[in-house]
This record gives sequence, structure tokens and C-alpha cells, in this order.
Amino acid sequence: MSNINDKTPENLTSIAEVEDAKLAASTEQSKSQSRIIFERFLKHKPAMISAVTLVLITVIAFTSIGIGPIPGWWKQSYLDAGSVINGGKPSLSLLPTWLGGSGIRIGDHPFGQDSVGKDYFALVMNGTQKSIIIGLVVGLVATFLGAVIGAVAGYFRGWVDEVLMRITDLFIVIPLLVLAAVLGQMAGHGSGSIITLALVLGLVTWTGLARLVRGEILSLREREYVAAAQAMGSKTSRVIAKHLLPNTVGVIVVNATFAIAGAILLESSLSFLGFGVQPPESSLGLLISQYQNAFVTRPWLFWWPGMIIVVIALAVNFLGDGMRDAFDPRQTGKKRRRRAGLFAMPTRKDKP
Amino acid sequence: MSHAAPINEQDSSGYALSFKDLNVTFETSGSDVHAVKGLSLTVRPGRVVALVGESGSGKSVTSTAAMGLLPSNAIVEGSAKVGTVNVVGLEESKLRKMRATDIAMVFQEPMTALNPVLTIERQLTEALELHDIAYGKEATDRAIELLRLVGIPEPEKRVKQYPHQFSGGQRQRIVIAMAISCDPKVIIADEPTTALDVTVQAEILDLLRELKDRLNTGILLITHNMGVVADMADEVAVMFQGNLVETGSVDQVLLHPQHEYTQRLLAAVPRLSAPIDIAEHAPHSTATAPPGRELVLEAKDLVLEYDMRGTIFRAVENVSFDIAKGEVLGIVGESGSGKSTIAKAVLGLLPVAEGTLSVKGHNLPKLSPKEARAVRKSIGVIFQDPAASLNPRFPIGDCITEPMVVHKVGTKASRIKRAQELLDAVKLPRNVINRYPHELSGGQRQRICIARALTLNPELLIADEPTSALDVSVQALVLEMLQDLQRDFNFACLFVSHDLAVVDMLADAVVVMQSGKAVEQGMVNTVLHSPTHDYTKRLLAAAPVPDPHAQAERREAWRLLNNAR
Repeated sequence: MSNINDKTPENLTSIAEVEDAKLAASTEQSKSQSRIIFERFLKHKPAMISAVTLVLITVIAFTSIGIGPIPGWWKQSYLDAGSVINGGKPSLSLLPTWLGGSGIRIGDHPFGQDSVGKDYFALVMNGTQKSIIIGLVVGLVATFLGAVIGAVAGYFRGWVDEVLMRITDLFIVIPLLVLAAVLGQMAGHGSGSIITLALVLGLVTWTGLARLVRGEILSLREREYVAAAQAMGSKTSRVIAKHLLPNTVGVIVVNATFAIAGAILLESSLSFLGFGVQPPESSLGLLISQYQNAFVTRPWLFWWPGMIIVVIALAVNFLGDGMRDAFDPRQTGKKRRRRAGLFAMPTRKDKP
Repeated sequence: MSHAAPINEQDSSGYALSFKDLNVTFETSGSDVHAVKGLSLTVRPGRVVALVGESGSGKSVTSTAAMGLLPSNAIVEGSAKVGTVNVVGLEESKLRKMRATDIAMVFQEPMTALNPVLTIERQLTEALELHDIAYGKEATDRAIELLRLVGIPEPEKRVKQYPHQFSGGQRQRIVIAMAISCDPKVIIADEPTTALDVTVQAEILDLLRELKDRLNTGILLITHNMGVVADMADEVAVMFQGNLVETGSVDQVLLHPQHEYTQRLLAAVPRLSAPIDIAEHAPHSTATAPPGRELVLEAKDLVLEYDMRGTIFRAVENVSFDIAKGEVLGIVGESGSGKSTIAKAVLGLLPVAEGTLSVKGHNLPKLSPKEARAVRKSIGVIFQDPAASLNPRFPIGDCITEPMVVHKVGTKASRIKRAQELLDAVKLPRNVINRYPHELSGGQRQRICIARALTLNPELLIADEPTSALDVSVQALVLEMLQDLQRDFNFACLFVSHDLAVVDMLADAVVVMQSGKAVEQGMVNTVLHSPTHDYTKRLLAAAPVPDPHAQAERREAWRLLNNAR
């Protein structure tokens, strides 16, 4: 009995006593599940880089040109036309002179100007604002609807489930773009049209999450803690809100991020087709659509909004990936094993 | 390892399986886990060595190491020889050739050990074809022969069937047939009967015993059940926390244990008490209750049904019983007998189809949801699976006080105080209140469940197999705790279990159920010590006891009882 585990006291001969001793001896800070998941998420490098990128883009988009009546730090407005300088070419340069570039400078119109001399940076930032707002609102609406409908269908089963899932099927069989275009056209005009458009898009994109949540709930509702809660007389709303939905939060959060990315792309497609945001408001999709003919002559009018859409969508997707990895406990051992495979046995034995 | 059996280096060929200084360490994201610490053990052909231990003792890791099936984050040192070949560090391709022909395995869960989409024939012939033993018609003939060997009736017809067409016991027989298909030198049986009912367990153990004599195979039997050990094993090795603490012949270890751990483990095994001479036989009915009993739960001609997509399945038929304050009623039966269904109905998780089920005089099926909720305030519940019965997102304090929140009892401060009192009652440290369920072991979680059940001082406690997922010594602790709390709080208790010894220890009265019907009921002393119904007798005879001599006698009695049918 020489090499007994360091943590267990030597003289115990009952597994119950060993467990109790371990519990009494454990001094480390007790961590909730969400805390553990958050720490795992912080270790996910692509997700963290994406998070920083997203925050950066959001902060710049909202502070540069300001929100509504609040002015931002960028002096030019996206509504004012001006004289076109240097053919409207971007004045932004990142290549230093010693590398053959024209030096690091921002200039008056870093993203260039459009055909009537509007500052393109301000325009793109305005579009980015709109895209982010639409993404968030759609994400919230779709997630809320999907989670509630999925939870109700999964919990009650029977005819409730049948009715809700057939409605879901109905939304799925109609092509999303057509549905969004028709509804978006109706909502696109009038004041506050962006929020209305976002709400409408949320109303048609909840279906995927509803099905996923329903599946999760169907399996969770058979757990004994749910039976225990029902047996102690909990109301149905409490069982769903306290015991079922919090345990599906992994599925919900991960899918919310993908829904946001999807919504930004959907809005871009709609605006590109002319069914989404209407001028004088602008969005990234609308900018691309307006300047698609300029692609050969003034490519920056196409590239800036296009690249920002791609960056946002990619970053949000990576964020979702990071969250999925953090929520899925099977991901924990992966890194170690991969390292063990790369450096094979010696590395493992080197460990103290 | 002073207790380890010595291994003769020159004569390792005489062993079917031998371990020498086996060390297994797992790399985890936290600290490394040293699961097996210098284990040395031998299995001779035709002998059964039982490796006994509780969860976390390293017994399954040892057997998995012999099969070469450990995950890639395990570091194995020492040697594990099958015949004369050391499998530690052996190439995967060579290892694969040895499986089935040299070493085979019988798994715990027959429901998942067979592939549901392939016929039994395909699964049995697979190993034969992989190892170039037989093909086509020849392999099928061999498969039929194997099925006959393990006692499957009409093997020619049944070999074409799929796993779902067989019962659990038959499936385990098929798994055993697969294990012996290539005449392995050694079979590792990892808890082969744990998932089975006692009567089926007795049959499977009979089969294994017969096969090892006929085939001269060594068996490494991994189990936590001391009764199974007494029934099957020639030699016993006891593991605790990765160490081999005691080895020896079955008589020596079970009757004269040397190590303190073995002694305590054996003491913790619940046994049927010796029969007490009952002067006046209480009639086999609950109607004879002395007057003045304060009935808490009463069921009359209870019928319970499951609606499985239109087809009605009757799970419980015409069962009547009652429980008074301070009494414990045990419901025993095998899987599918409807015992848990009754518990579900009392908890309001299943509607009552016919008959009455009243709690403190309120007939549950007739109550409005609001009244039913008020009645449920006086019912506490403990479920079987400690891993699933606490919400993983609730801290322990919230888990325990949840009934108070649901029924809007007390203030925040008084709830915390109550949680602390209850933690004291189940002998857990008070600081656990802020911990989460995943930080606790199964036994500790089950104690939290008991605390939660007692939060509102219930008059009725429903315990649905509360200890069947726990280790023997933990089970003993939890049962003792239940008994003490029952005495202190004087609640009525409906105790559902498959283990007659546990019911004997805890209950005053008992209902024996078989396929939805109560075949025998009455006081524990009468029913369990002088049973009248054939099924009760079979149940009692089938449960193995941890004493090799007594078990040999019981085995004979069991055979007689079976032959008489």
C-alpha cells in the first residue's frame, strides 16, 4: 500500500468514507457549469480572435458616424455629397514607404468616394450599423420564437407537438428568400423600416432552432430531475423555464450565433435584390447592389462592403464554433490527444 | 503488493491470463489519474477468478488493459500476458488477431452489446470468418451449434432472427455464444449479470459454470456482487482504489477476510435475516391491520395503463395495498413487473385508469390540479439514478430547497437554514450548499435527493430503487440513513426495489409483483420467510448469498425448484 493516491487519506477502507473525505478536503473554488463552459470558451483561440474583431467592428461602426441624433467622431456625413477627389479612390494606405507603398495614412476618404462624392467610409459604417442591428434583432426574435415553440412542442407532445411541427414544416417548405422578400417588401417601407424588416426576418427563420430545441427537450423531459420537479408539484411553466430550457442553453446559444450570421447574409441578399432596406437608408447588401456595375471601374465600392459582410459572418460563425466546443464536454480531451499524437510517447513520459 | 499472488516467471505458459505489476495512468485535462497501481494476478485455464471492487477501484480498467482496448490517453506499464504473449504495447494488428481466438469478452449490457440491424447469424459468423475458422454454410452450422450450447431453444429457426426478438437473458446467452465462438483461452466477463433480473442471473451463472468446465477456459469475472462471487469463483481478488488488497481462494476471502476493506465490504452486503418463528401467522392480507392505523396511502383495485400510440398496455392490474403513518411498504418484483409504475402513479406522473388511489383520504384521480398540488406537498420522492435526479444547473442549496420555492414556503433565510439542517441530517458538510451536483459522487448525490425529499416534512416518501445504482458500502450507508430518518420523522414510505434483502431490512410489509399483478402480499416476516407463492419462492432462491457453502446449497435448492416446474 505504498503508492496510494495523494489525495486520499491512508487509513480509510470504505469508498463512502473516501468520497466524503475528498469532498471535505476539496478546497478549490466551486465552479458552476456556466463558469466552466466560459473558461473553456476563453481558451478557444479562433473564437476569441473573432470576438475581438466583432467588438472592434461594432465599436467603430457605432462611434464613427454616431447613432441617430448623437454625432460620432467621423466628421463627414454619409448623406452629404461633395467634390470627388482623385477619382474617388481610397486614401487609406497601409503599406509603408520603405516597402514601396505610399506610407501609412488615413486621409480624408479612407474608403474612397462614390460617384456623387459621398464619403464611402461613412456610408459603409452606416450600412454596417444596419446589418449588425438586423443580425441582432433577427437573432433575438428567431431564438426566442424557436426556443419557446420547440420547448412547448417537446414538452407537451401529442397534438400540440403535431400542430406546432406542421406549422414549422410549412415555413420550411416555402423558400426562405421568397417568403422574406414578400414580407420584407411589405415591411420595408415606412418609418423604422429596419427594425420592422428585422422582426419580419425573425418571424421566418426560427424553424431550425425550434426543431433542435424540441429534440433536446424530448430527451431531457425523461430525466429524473424533471420527474422530481413534476412530482413535487411544480407548475408546467416552472418546469420548462427552470429545468428544461436552461439545460438546452448550449443548443440555443450556438444556434443563435449561426442565426445572426444567417440573418446578416439574408438581409444582404434581400437588399441586393431590392427587397430589403430601401434608400436613403443603406445597408451593406444595398451598397453592393448599387455599385455592382462599378466593379470594373471603381472596385473599392464593391470590395469594402463585401469584405465587411464576409468578416462579420465568418467571425460570428467562429464564435458559434467556439461556443459549441465549450458546451460539448467531449471536446475537452481533444487537444491533449492531438498533442500526444504529434509528439508521440516521449512527450507524455517527460511529464512530471 | 504483499497480498499479491506470486508469479513464477518460468512457468507463465501455465496461465491463461497473467498480470504482473500492471500500472495504468490516465492523462486528463486535470491531474493524471492513477487507476491501477501495480497489480499482479493470474488466471489458470478452467478456473474462475473473480475481481471484486466498487466503482473507481480499477477492476474494469484492468480487464480492458488485457483486451488492449484502453483509450489513447492511458499509459500502461508492466505486463498483461494472454497465454505467453504480452499484450501491453503490442501492435494493433497482432492484438486484433488475438481477440476472440485467445481472449474474448462478455459485456454488461446485453441490450446494447448486439447490433440491432444484423441477424444473430451474421453476428455469430462474423468472428468465425474474420479468423479464418469457417465460412458460409459451415459457419452457419457452427453458429447454430453455439446457440444450442448456450441453451437457446430452436436454434435453426432463431439464428435468422434479430436481437430485439430475444429477451434480455437470451441476448446475454448470445453474447456468451459470441465470446466462446473461437474457443478463447480466457474470457473476461465484465459484470455479466448486473443488468439482469435475479432469476435470469441464476440461469446465466449456471451456463457460464457449465461452459468453463466443458471448454477448459479461464474466466476473469469482474463483479461487485459478492453473491455472484460466492456462486461462481474459485479464487477472489479484491481491489480498492487501484490497489489489490486481498487475494485468495473463495472460501478464504469470503469466510475469513483478512483486509479491513474486505471485511467491511462483506459486512455491508444486505442479507435476508434469519427466519423468526412467528407464533400466529398473520393472514396474507393487508385488511388485517390493527384499528387506529392512520392511513397515508391507500390503493384499491388499482389499474394503471400506458397508452403507446393508440395501443393500451396494462402495466398494473387490480393491485390493492395501504400504508399507515410510520410504516414502510416494500414493492418487489423483476423488471416489467409494474413496481415502478405504481410509484409513478402515486407521484401523479401517470393517470390512474381504474380503481382508487388516495393520499390521506383524498382520491388522487378525482382531484383538481390545484388540490393535487396541495396533496403533493406532503409527498417526497427519491429516484434511482443519482446522476439524473438533480438539475445540473442548480447549486445543491437550490436543489434541496426547491420544494419550498414551488410551494412558496418560508423566506430566503429560512430556506437556507432548512437546507443546512437537512445537510446535517444526511451527514454532508454544510459548505456543500454552494457546490454543484457534478462535484459530488453518486452516493452523495443520492443523499442530497433524500434531503430534498424531506424538505417539507412529507408524510409519505416514495423511494423508487434508491440504492440500486450505488456501490454496496454506499448502499449500506444510504439505507441506514433512510432507516434513521424514517424513525426520526415517522413518515410512511413506499419502497420499490428488486432486492429482497434490502426490502427485508427496511420494510414492514411487502407486495410481490409479477407482470402487473400482486402475487403475494403481507408482512415481511411472513412473505419473505415462509412464502406460499411459487414466484416468491423462486425469487428468494435465485438471489445469491456471499457465502460459498450456503450458496452451493441454495444452488441445489434452486435447481430442484426449477426442475419441479
